Amino acid sequence: MKKTAWIFLSPMLVMVTIFFFIPVILTIVLSFTDMDYQFQWNFVGFSNFKDIATDFIIPKVTTNTLIYTFTTLGLFNVGSALLISLLTTSIPDKWGGFFRTLWMLPRLTPSVVYGLLWLWIFDPTEHGLLNFMRMSMGLPPQNWLYRAPMFIVVVANGFIGASMGMLIFTAAIKAIPIDYYRAALLDGASWWMITRKITLPLIKWQVLFVTAYQTLSLLTSFEYILIITDGGPVFRTEVWSLYTYHMAFSNYRFGYGAALSVVLVIMGIIFAIAYLRLFKFEALMQKPKVEVD
Amino acid sequence: MKLSFYQRNADRIRIFFFILVMFIITLPIILGYLWLVLRSFSVDMNGFVPTELTLKNWRFLWTSMKGYPNIWRTTMNTAFVALMVMAIEALLTSMGGYALSRYDFPGRSNLMKFILVLHAFPSVSLMVALYYVLKYLHLLDNLWGIILLKASLEIPWGTWVMKGFYDGIPWEMEWAGLVDGYTRLQVWRKIILPLVKPGIAVTAVFAFLSGWSEFIFINTFIFSQEFWTLSKYVKATIGDFRFADYGLLAAVGLFYAIPTIVLFFLVSKYMIKLTIGGVKG
Repeated sequence: MKKTAWIFLSPMLVMVTIFFFIPVILTIVLSFTDMDYQFQWNFVGFSNFKDIATDFIIPKVTTNTLIYTFTTLGLFNVGSALLISLLTTSIPDKWGGFFRTLWMLPRLTPSVVYGLLWLWIFDPTEHGLLNFMRMSMGLPPQNWLYRAPMFIVVVANGFIGASMGMLIFTAAIKAIPIDYYRAALLDGASWWMITRKITLPLIKWQVLFVTAYQTLSLLTSFEYILIITDGGPVFRTEVWSLYTYHMAFSNYRFGYGAALSVVLVIMGIIFAIAYLRLFKFEALMQKPKVEVD
Repeated sequence: MKLSFYQRNADRIRIFFFILVMFIITLPIILGYLWLVLRSFSVDMNGFVPTELTLKNWRFLWTSMKGYPNIWRTTMNTAFVALMVMAIEALLTSMGGYALSRYDFPGRSNLMKFILVLHAFPSVSLMVALYYVLKYLHLLDNLWGIILLKASLEIPWGTWVMKGFYDGIPWEMEWAGLVDGYTRLQVWRKIILPLVKPGIAVTAVFAFLSGWSEFIFINTFIFSQEFWTLSKYVKATIGDFRFADYGLLAAVGLFYAIPTIVLFFLVSKYMIKLTIGGVKG
């Protein structure tokens, strides 16, 4: 019996060990070396971490990371997601489904193609959507990527990030027993009153979950920033994860890059623990019924 | 009692207003994709009105572009990565998920905790170490390297999903099979596996999409043009033609995005059917 279990598990375990578990250990070990493109194992103790503490770009990168993470989270991943799921569940489902499908599109579009759409919208010449609109109102075109790069990065990521919260909130709202709403309507409650007093309190846990989960995803996401601004102009959209990537693969400072990664993971863990405490997630962690230990 | 127009039609006005708000906030998506399609077939555009229709933007499909690999070879590479990631993930997660759902073996709960802990390390934080591992295994600049990485990093998550699907199948199904003289392996293959098809479909579709769209790994671990996938191809065209030829960019981008969009619409229908159909004994 036990042997067959390992037959089922071993292919997966071998792959996960080589390409996931070993890299995790290796990242931690590498962070104590000054490895560069010559791939020499040269242990330097904590000097990478000391360098991080004194790196003059790090304060800028940290500020960028926090602004990027929490603006996107508030405006889109939770804010817009909540708005979309509340509105689309209050209109005929044919329309609701239509809008939710459209909001799924960015997530399913390959990242480079999706990035291209925003490059067009914010194009600095009259070929771009925003500048075309400005020109038709008689205003001169703007170099958006220079004037408001952080805003562009937040919006571009937000239109993708909103879909996860949207799906979870919509499922939660649809699971609320209809009787609650009937009772409220009978009492003459308005849409706003019903939303505030019935819907929102009942999907509170989902909102908290998405907030925590998406903070961690945003902290480590840089793909769309890389495509749209590549951290520029002059570090104005350089977030921690992108800085790590640049250090490792543009400057070939692999050891320093690994150390930056380790710090990022530690930041993620601190956020996770803070959320666990703050939102009292333990209450949610009931043992699943199917678990036969 | 006489009601005013607004009181009589309050519900309809509210619904109309909500649809309007949804339309406005969805506008960037609608306009973006509309532009992508229209621009790929037009010489130039005046706002959203094509000045003249053309197929010239799609020339990359039949003529070779200077400095770029053959588009069909690139497309085959992309499909190869996507299909292999899909096959490996579907197979390994449906095996692993079964073991986690149905077997009690020493270290089981530790293994499950281990899988969760791994997720504290998102793949982007591992890039340096992944580079080293691929170099060590001589899989740098090799599509198999990308495939194995992609699949391995998604397998823990997929195994959890599959475990959930297996958990939903009653034990009696297995007992019946064992009583009839099947071995555990036969029970899995002949009885249980057909019942978790929806789960395998979900895992496979997501694996295909993520393999098809992969950009960061290709951008970092592939150097030769002959191994480019479409993500790298599109990124290169953005770099070269961004201010010169939006028509070409739109056409290349649309060509790359079409399979994902088609797959999405096919699957969303399929999934609705699945939830209606349910598991039949």
